[in-house]
Amino acid sequence: MSALLRVENLHKRFGALVVTDGVSLDVMPGRIHAVIGPNGAGKTTLIHQIFGTLAPDAGVIRLDGRDITRLAPHRRAQAGLARSFQITSVLPEFSALENVALAVQARAGSSFRFFRAARGQAGLNAPAMAVLERVGLRARAGMVAGSLSHGEKRQLELAMALAAKPRVMLLDEPLAGAGPEETARLVTLLGSLRDACAIVLVEHDMDAVFQLADEITVLAQGRVIAHGTPGAIREDAAVRTAYLGEDF
Amino acid sequence: MTLLIVQALNGAQLGMLLFLIAAGLTLVFGVMNFVNLAHGVQYMIGAYLGVSFALLTGSFWAGLVLASLTAGAFGLLLEWLIFRHLYKRGELDQVLATFGVILSLNEGTRLIWGSNPLELPMPDLLSGSFQLVEGLRYPVYRVAVMAAGLLVALALALVVNRTRIGMLIRAGASNGPMVSALGVDIMRLFRVVFGVGAMMAGFAGVLAAPLVSVEPGMGENLLILAFVVIVIGGVGSIRGAFVAAVIVGLVDTLGRSLITDAAQAALSGPASARVGPAVASMLIYLVMAAVLAVKPAGLFAART
Amino acid sequence: MKFVVPVAIFVALALIPLLAAVGVHVPGIVTLIASRVMIFALAAMSLDLIMGIGGLPSFGHAAPVAIGAYAVAVCDAAGVQAAAAVIPAALAAAGLFALATGAVALRTRGVNFIMITLAFAQMVYFATGSLADYGGDDGYTLSARTTVFGLDLLDAKRIYLTTLVVLIAVYVLLRVIAASRFGRALAAIRQNRGRVQALGIDAFAIELAALVIAAMIAALAGVLMANQAEFVSPAYAAWGRSGELMVMVILGGLGTLHGAVIGAAIVVLAEEGLGAVTQHWPLVLGPFLVLAVLFFRHGIVGGARR
Repeated sequence: MSALLRVENLHKRFGALVVTDGVSLDVMPGRIHAVIGPNGAGKTTLIHQIFGTLAPDAGVIRLDGRDITRLAPHRRAQAGLARSFQITSVLPEFSALENVALAVQARAGSSFRFFRAARGQAGLNAPAMAVLERVGLRARAGMVAGSLSHGEKRQLELAMALAAKPRVMLLDEPLAGAGPEETARLVTLLGSLRDACAIVLVEHDMDAVFQLADEITVLAQGRVIAHGTPGAIREDAAVRTAYLGEDF
Repeated sequence: MTLLIVQALNGAQLGMLLFLIAAGLTLVFGVMNFVNLAHGVQYMIGAYLGVSFALLTGSFWAGLVLASLTAGAFGLLLEWLIFRHLYKRGELDQVLATFGVILSLNEGTRLIWGSNPLELPMPDLLSGSFQLVEGLRYPVYRVAVMAAGLLVALALALVVNRTRIGMLIRAGASNGPMVSALGVDIMRLFRVVFGVGAMMAGFAGVLAAPLVSVEPGMGENLLILAFVVIVIGGVGSIRGAFVAAVIVGLVDTLGRSLITDAAQAALSGPASARVGPAVASMLIYLVMAAVLAVKPAGLFAART
Repeated sequence: MKFVVPVAIFVALALIPLLAAVGVHVPGIVTLIASRVMIFALAAMSLDLIMGIGGLPSFGHAAPVAIGAYAVAVCDAAGVQAAAAVIPAALAAAGLFALATGAVALRTRGVNFIMITLAFAQMVYFATGSLADYGGDDGYTLSARTTVFGLDLLDAKRIYLTTLVVLIAVYVLLRVIAASRFGRALAAIRQNRGRVQALGIDAFAIELAALVIAAMIAALAGVLMANQAEFVSPAYAAWGRSGELMVMVILGGLGTLHGAVIGAAIVVLAEEGLGAVTQHWPLVLGPFLVLAVLFFRHGIVGGARR
């Protein structure tokens, strides 16, 4: 089986600070690939580079064999990448349904249509509703996104990412700020997404990571220090050293 | 050739005036993220106060000092009355309110001093001219304006780069919330910056008064040029403001004569008289576009 | 309910020709001021598309208006008065201007965008002032008004009705655009640009298209303005004009579209009305703006947002 998303020997530095130092990563289809590491290990910077909001200094990123290293973010999204943000990022004035319908519209590549009202279009609303159903937000479809609870906004973000029918989803701390109940719900939801797409998961909640991940890559100081199954990572000495002093 | 030298000197002198206006503006932008369209008004008020104080005291120099100080104080008054309520507002509110301030003050100036342009005679000490090269004389006053601008730039550079308050200003311009997190009263710091900025603009107004006609609305043309300076130099950067001010001053004055000449050489007859001035008047904006195309945040962006 | 206010506005504007048609004497000055309100409203409405809906605070919207007006002058000097030539020329010139300057200005956000659009409008101001063939700083007086398929739809008698029809048509067009997929994407970009990009929408292309559409409508306002005054000058592109257009949109309520008509009415009436009483009318309008910002946070109409 060949990798769906392949990151090869990525390098990035800000002045004297090396933030990504030869990182390579293979994400297999239908797998959840967690990226963990202490604060400042370069996880979010890595996500930025994979998604194209930061340009790497060297290295190649391939999506299903296609070199996407130089593509603009919106082109990568069209190619099949989706991401969620560390800080909750929905369109606060739109209803939950409109948020997801916009993602459907983006997926269809049809934003340059000037004359038909978007609101009543079944072609946008039906798929959006189906995705809301899947993440458990159907009852909230008409609510303005800004007034949803934190956990619901997190679910809505996942719905927006899902609606784009991505091949690979990049999730940057999808559980950040969620309470215990919300976390449990989100973890179940994330686990159920395996059949929809491959997932790169950056997350600090280690219980969730070991519950969800099929593979784990550990970063420290911009470098990959370990890679393997959750079981192997748990026993890895280098990982223990890197996390020394952290709750692990 | 001699004309070129004169144009270059005039350009440098315009650059210095622009720097005096842009320096305060860029720091106010940088530290508070505040859009002060009314900054050009400070320049106008400086010029008018300069005329009045010079008449009152009979001395250009007394007028210069009194007008600069009063302009600075007036800026602080505006800040206290109006602007401080706007820092937490969106940029559109800031534009609307400061636009209202411009309307009010331009018209208020007209009410007090009348619509007719006023003149401020040069001080006797600087009213002569000197021989630049054989057969070409240049007014001493313009050189003095340049020297004054340079001195202020130097002093500002020293304060910003060598003192504690300068360090705070630089930090504030690149990351305001961080500075206040360090326990520095950013509002007090900002008032100092604002007052000094207003004073410098007023100072520039008095300096320019003998060279231009003093009239209502005189500040806005320079203000927009100062915006171009800030955009090219990078918001919050004193060094950027200085370099960009010199670039804008030189390009604007040199461009006008060079482009007109070039157009005359390339196109014969009446066409050149049409094309030349039109292109020349667009030159600094094209330079701005070119800089932005390469460096969207300006040449010396203070913010990361 | 949603359309009560806009319909009321347009009915009120239609009352003037209706009253005249049934024989009521309407003073010429009323018609003149009301048609100025409508022409400015047209320009302000197009600004609302980019500023209110798209979140792009352009401080240079007088530039496309002036370009439209100068298209009339240039055609007039060449002996062309046919709208079939004048209007496409005006729209194309303003559209190209918006395409070129927008591509640069959109590299920046917020305050820098304000400053850059202002600078580009100032460029138009100085460039038009240097057009010696069209009167330079003194401006250019039209030899004749634009004709529409040989009809004098823009003469002193009919320009009011023509402008009203254009205004309503543009309002409907902008409403339709705002409700379309394009409009939804544009409104989404205002709320969270990065998120929209991440969904796979080319935010830059959407914003640039919006700038071009707005500039073309503004140019149409410029064509009407030139015809109404039978005169164009660099003052059409003056920075104060751009400021006034912004004031109209913000006072009327951002993103409402019809609020632009109310904002235009407030500003034009303030200038004309106060101007009749005192030449120092800015001393009333200026403080009013300051107080309006300090005490009314959501515009006169109560826009959706700030």
